[in-house]
Amino acid sequence: MNLLKTLAVGAALATGVAGAAVAQDKTKVGFIYVGPIGDGGWTYEHNKARLAVEEHYGDAVETVYQESVPEGADAERAITQMALSGADLIFTTSFGFMDATVAVAEKFPDVKFEHATGYKTADNLAVYSARFYEGRAVQGTIAGHLTESNIVGYIASYPIPEVIRGINSAYIHAKKVNPDIQFKIIWAYTWFDPAKEADAAKALIEQGADVILQHTDSTAPQAAAAEAGNVYTFGQASDMIEYAPMPRVSSIIDDWAPYYIERVGAVIDGTWETADTWDGIGPGMVGIGEISDAVPADVKAEALALKDAIASGEYHPFTGPLNKQDGSVWLAEGETADDGTLLGMDFYVEGIEGEIPN
Amino acid sequence: MDLGQINPVLLAASLMVAATPILLAAIGEMVVEKAGVLNLGVEGMMITGAVVGFAVAVNSGSPAAGFVAAALAGAGLALLFGLITQVLKSNQVATGLGLTLFGLGLSSLIGKPYEGIKAPSLGKLDIPLLSDIPVLGPVLFRHDPMVYLSLLIVLGVWAGLKYTRAGLVLRAVGENHTAAHALGYKVIRVRLAAILFGGASAGMGGAYLSLVRVPTWVEGMTAGAGWIALAIVVFASWRAGRILLGAYLFGGVSVLQLNLQAAGVAIPVEYLSMSPYLVTILVLVIISLRGNHGAPGSLGRVFHASS
Repeated sequence: MNLLKTLAVGAALATGVAGAAVAQDKTKVGFIYVGPIGDGGWTYEHNKARLAVEEHYGDAVETVYQESVPEGADAERAITQMALSGADLIFTTSFGFMDATVAVAEKFPDVKFEHATGYKTADNLAVYSARFYEGRAVQGTIAGHLTESNIVGYIASYPIPEVIRGINSAYIHAKKVNPDIQFKIIWAYTWFDPAKEADAAKALIEQGADVILQHTDSTAPQAAAAEAGNVYTFGQASDMIEYAPMPRVSSIIDDWAPYYIERVGAVIDGTWETADTWDGIGPGMVGIGEISDAVPADVKAEALALKDAIASGEYHPFTGPLNKQDGSVWLAEGETADDGTLLGMDFYVEGIEGEIPN
Repeated sequence: MDLGQINPVLLAASLMVAATPILLAAIGEMVVEKAGVLNLGVEGMMITGAVVGFAVAVNSGSPAAGFVAAALAGAGLALLFGLITQVLKSNQVATGLGLTLFGLGLSSLIGKPYEGIKAPSLGKLDIPLLSDIPVLGPVLFRHDPMVYLSLLIVLGVWAGLKYTRAGLVLRAVGENHTAAHALGYKVIRVRLAAILFGGASAGMGGAYLSLVRVPTWVEGMTAGAGWIALAIVVFASWRAGRILLGAYLFGGVSVLQLNLQAAGVAIPVEYLSMSPYLVTILVLVIISLRGNHGAPGSLGRVFHASS
């Protein structure tokens, strides 16, 4: 069957005329990854979703991917290459690919593009992201209870709104259950550099942190925490279950598969339209990995209750009263943050020390 | 902003750990370049060493066996480079770059089954009496054996190049391969030996990453360390002592930078991160102003006995 199809496509292409119709039988979907597919975190989950697309549509879809594409000028070349090779739909899966994706989307109006975690859209360019900050709220609650030194270390990647939202959300909820909490934040300026991530974790541990949160992609901080002992961590982007029950006590899992399957289906049906999707725990785009036995039962129950409240929409992680770092009022009592402010978040909430680098 | 939170003793100790992989890779590459060969495949040999060392250590339960295997794997990859550049006379720059790409691909293939596994611990050496000395003890005498081995290798290379006949021959081959050949030295053989040594060192440096510093296997985990090792060789103007200085400077800045951030010191990260590279450029400017850049005379040139 496959062979016949290949032959048919080959013959059609050779004759050139009928080629287009037959070749379009198979929808080609491309993926641009920022790290290697074996990073055990962010890119690993995107690739898992790619495989889910393949499995779901079988022969109707062909997927291609390129891993470890640097953010910047080279990304544009990689995306262009993929568009030229006949992809019908291209997912670019890192914030730093935003301008490159916009530029290539302008040049290829017939190709559909989907950019993860960005905010620039066009007729053939949709954006999608997950409300990771909802997961961070659950994480912060657990972290605030677990810490004995009251120092939580945070390995941040780049100072972009998505990362800042995560820090704020984790801090607000840690502070709620532990008023003495202090956050030490390291900006690693990388999404993926295991040695640097491990060094950052070690520096934080040496300075007293006994809970490490990370917003970088590899499992290196987990390994460093395991080595140090008595330090708690959370899986980032992927479950990282191999480090459970200690140091990894829970995780935020990105589940892209349902979204990818839906969007690829829309391209196949011809119903694809540009969109701005931002889903959280409720629709299942953000998952909370199993909370391990290292967490006391009452803390676990509290965290799960918070998760359910967020999922049902009953509770918003950014609910007033909340002040900005400089003490000015951000949200009044009972007020919740609007998506516009969250998407452009460039400030810390009150209580976090240090400045956001420019 | 409280500098008191940074413990200088712990900082110095973690500096040595952070610097060891690039120190090993750089000292190996220096010997290669001293013999007149430019091997840009350091990154590829490091990551191959990282994955092979990790795999062997996990399967055998012995980190020491892992390091030996990593050295062999690095040397094996280097041998490939040696055969292509020395026997088949290919271009060294292109072959070295190819070796890096090959190593990255090969390592992710070998490493697939080992993702997410923890490495067996190498343990610390905790030298009795000496490690109890305040301040100096924890900084100098409580490391894993590889830190000391890397320092011994630097010492050995320095003494070997300076005081032994073999070292003299190696330098002669690197400075002027035609003259060395006329004197009856086996240029190709000397170079192959140097290339093997460089590969073994890079492989051990990679294994140090996957077995001690991180310690786990993650695809692409060297993340450019091999290129920093190449920069250090130039920074050091091909001298063993300065390699040590350079590696500790690069390692020190990267660790210090993270510690300063954790302590909340408001120094822009970018400046600290770029400082070792700025120093490298400065060193290059100074040594070229002096007219003697210290590079071996035959560096990167193909040797053929008939020419």
